[in-house]
Amino acid sequence: MGRRILQSPLTVLGIFLVAMIIILAIFAPWIAPRDPLEVNLGQKLLPPSSEHWFGTDEVGRDILSRIIFGTRISLKIGLMVVLISFPIGTILGAIAGYVGGMVDQVIMRLTDIFLSFPGIILSMSIAAALGPSIENVLLALAITWWPWYTRIVRSSVLSIKSSEFIESAKAIGANPFRILFKEIIPNAIAPASIQASLDLGFVILAAAGLSFIGLGAQPPSPEWGAMLSSSREILRDAWWAATFPGLAILLTVLGFNLLGDGMRDLLDPKNR
Amino acid sequence: MALLEVKDLKQHFTIKKGFLGEKKKVKAVDGVSFHIEQGETLGIVGESGCGKSSLGRTILQLIKPTSGDIFFGGKNITHLPRKEMKELRKDMQIVFQDPYASLNPRSTVRAILETPLIVHGVGNRQERRKVVEGLIDKIGIRKDQLDRFPHEFSGGQRQRIGIARALTLNPKLIIADEPVSALDVSVQSQVLNLMVDLQKELNLSYMFISHDLSVVQHISDRVAVMYLGKIVEIADVEELYRNPLHPYTKALLTAVPIPDPTKKRDRIILQGDLPSPINPPTGCAFHTRCPVATPECKEESPELREKAMGHWASCIHVHHEQSEKTKINIS
Amino acid sequence: MDALRYTVKRILLMIPILIGISILTFFISNTIPGDPARLAAGPYADAKVIEELQEKMGLNDPVYVQYFNYMKNLLQGDLGNSNYSHQPVMEDIKQYFPATLELTFFSMFITILIGIPLGVISASKKDKVADQFARVMALIGVAMPAFWLGIIFLLFFYLKLGVLPGSGRLDTGLAPPETITGMYTIDALLTGNWTVFKSAVIHLILPGITQAAVTIGMITRMTRSSMLEVLRSDYIRTAFAKGGSEKRVLYGHALRNGMMPIMTLLGMTFGHSLGGSVLVESVFSWPGLGKYAVNAITYLDFPAVMAVTILIAVLFILVNLIIDILYQVVDPRLNYD
Ligand SMILES: Nc1ncnc2c1ncn2[C@@H]1O[C@H](COP(=O)(O)OP(=O)(O)OP(=O)(O)O)[C@@H](O)[C@H]1O
Ligand code: SF4
Ligand SMILES: [Mg+2]
Repeated sequence: MGRRILQSPLTVLGIFLVAMIIILAIFAPWIAPRDPLEVNLGQKLLPPSSEHWFGTDEVGRDILSRIIFGTRISLKIGLMVVLISFPIGTILGAIAGYVGGMVDQVIMRLTDIFLSFPGIILSMSIAAALGPSIENVLLALAITWWPWYTRIVRSSVLSIKSSEFIESAKAIGANPFRILFKEIIPNAIAPASIQASLDLGFVILAAAGLSFIGLGAQPPSPEWGAMLSSSREILRDAWWAATFPGLAILLTVLGFNLLGDGMRDLLDPKNR
Repeated sequence: MALLEVKDLKQHFTIKKGFLGEKKKVKAVDGVSFHIEQGETLGIVGESGCGKSSLGRTILQLIKPTSGDIFFGGKNITHLPRKEMKELRKDMQIVFQDPYASLNPRSTVRAILETPLIVHGVGNRQERRKVVEGLIDKIGIRKDQLDRFPHEFSGGQRQRIGIARALTLNPKLIIADEPVSALDVSVQSQVLNLMVDLQKELNLSYMFISHDLSVVQHISDRVAVMYLGKIVEIADVEELYRNPLHPYTKALLTAVPIPDPTKKRDRIILQGDLPSPINPPTGCAFHTRCPVATPECKEESPELREKAMGHWASCIHVHHEQSEKTKINIS
Repeated sequence: MDALRYTVKRILLMIPILIGISILTFFISNTIPGDPARLAAGPYADAKVIEELQEKMGLNDPVYVQYFNYMKNLLQGDLGNSNYSHQPVMEDIKQYFPATLELTFFSMFITILIGIPLGVISASKKDKVADQFARVMALIGVAMPAFWLGIIFLLFFYLKLGVLPGSGRLDTGLAPPETITGMYTIDALLTGNWTVFKSAVIHLILPGITQAAVTIGMITRMTRSSMLEVLRSDYIRTAFAKGGSEKRVLYGHALRNGMMPIMTLLGMTFGHSLGGSVLVESVFSWPGLGKYAVNAITYLDFPAVMAVTILIAVLFILVNLIIDILYQVVDPRLNYD
């Protein structure tokens, strides 16, 4: 299995990118050359140099250090959103698929409603209602994200629930609760977890977008979207202030996408 | 007193068809009666789709019967409260056809075999361990293989694990739904012999579902032949094979099984198409394919009658051989 | 006949979804921390005024009555008053909406123009260099933060090269064309105003491409995989065997059959573009709904944010409805369940 992963250069790239981001996040204080919040007006708007690899911003903060610390924020949002929405979505999807009938109808119509808002629009309005902060963006994204898992898990449950091993669990006298949690969910969860690993990237992207329009992290937080947003005022003088945070977002999202794609191909060779 | 007795059992599925969801009925099991004695094996044969599996599932009440009664050990179990039903499940178990699909791919063999004991709160950890180890000894799986997953075993081994799972709770009756159909011929006899041995040792009763007439002949004491949800003939095994009465049974016995690559097992192919169970033919359901059908067969639906001692068939053109003996009630 | 039935059924099924959307947005509106009456009255209003306003705004009614009123207003197209511009939100939206629609159409046009051929080439040259290239481009496109790409475009084409405008819909000094659809390019065409048309198109280029970058990635991937499926099928092999030219078989037979899933995806793409407008419009100061919504967020103008949310959701549903129905009409083989 490990061999097959390494055969795809793109998957290897994905693993590399994700590993790098995780390492940066964990060891940020040791890796970053400077304090991400340290203001130094004497050093403002310096272009990239051996001193400041990625240059400095309008108040002289080191952009490289800010980006390194930004991995922590992005990773935290990605993980938290998936950790909240994945179990909710999974359990609802499993119940919908297993119980069927009215319960199924209600749950699925609920997902329809949530999914009829495109892209970040729903999370935008929820975050706007809750007020601008990282925690609220996190909550808003979690509220909008669960229906995807519900759909995926429901369809795998539907295909599993008529399996003979489920029938034999019934024949044994196992109660529905046990059947759902011990027999069905462990088998239904694989496709949804691939989606979750892809989603880590997309959640990070969405969160950066929300911060960009002023809903998430607030300055001076070294969140990438917020950094991009404030870079616009100094665009004429400091191309580096806009370039590097965006590149960080791109590589992070790309890393998780490649990893997720690789996992999917691995589990389903038909896909290629 | 029979261990299992089934009276006029019906299983009608409602399915939605077409755009507006017009409801149609599939009469998968349509008025079936029979019994099984303690220690006896009843074989059930018939073409694909005649309702064999539905019958088995209905008896175990994995699906609620539409109507009719099921007696187990003399007690009507058709409308048992939940708790009593759970108790009863210890006594009746099922073995499935597909050893790949019938074991949870994410459970170890140990977990699979222990689950029934946990569900019924049997013993503590050590005791359960002992039961499980005793069981695998019977089916020829080694202790050191217990923590492996189903996909690490061969088809025959998996099927034996499935049998062991059915045995964990010491059942009296096992419904075996084509337990060897998915296996290679060489492995089939191993598993069949295991089942015969276990039957002797534990005084088990089997309801043995199969499309394979020679397998059924090998293992059964009596055999019932099903066609479109009904039993059309039932008799002792030698009697049925030596002296089939119903035209359908005769056709089955002369037909050559044809390997069906799509179904991973052989299929019986008879002349003509099997009618849909949604709109079964009027009168005798077999008349569309019966070589000896007459116009009356379209009108009159024959009932299952005793034509010779212990030999029941439903055909208007089969006559009583020893009419006075028909008064002996067999069921 | 069946297609008609399907259409009716599909439209009826939309009603509960729309009701659901209204309930959800109503709930969101009710979670705003702070008192809407105070927000509406402004920071210096005295307690009495606020109390009166609370009564007037129905804030003392039970929740279901409030929802009922909310629903009644929605149905009459009354989306409330903007706390910022102090005019009905609907008026604001009428003003901003055509700009968003124009940008969305333009970016979808680019998406189709580039994404579909790229996907077809990718599939027909599977695993060759062209395919690898297209797939990597698509991967990058999907992972691309559009708002960043927009900034980079601004840096390069506007600030550095100065070849393309960086904001707005028209050159300063040009008067917008007479309003017919509100989309400047179309209105300019209809009135034969070439100067305005040129300027409008030039202004669309950067935001349009930015918006399209992500959706091109999505469409390319989808086209590739559905083309691969079609190309594997027997009748395409037959078409090749009969000596059909590659181009003809690919674009004539195969693409037509691979079109169905692509159409569904186009519906999603439309939604994605509408959602993305929030980000892209604020990068390019494009005076559309997205920019309006982002401004509203800055000024805590909540009715405006909710109005945009509802409008975009309803639009998204309508587009998907139309696509679904077309799907059935175009391909009658599909079953209706
Ligand atoms: N859950 C169900 N809902 C609707 N129809 C069903 C259901 N289960 C079975 N049927 C139908 O009932 C009929 C009998 O099916 P059943 O599986 O009992 O036949 P079988 O004799 O076991 O066939 P096979 O040899 O293929 O296993 C078939 O027409 C089948 O399509
Ligand atoms: S009743 Fe008629 S049709 Fe049916 S089996 Fe007998 S002879 Fe054939
Ligand atoms: Mg069966």
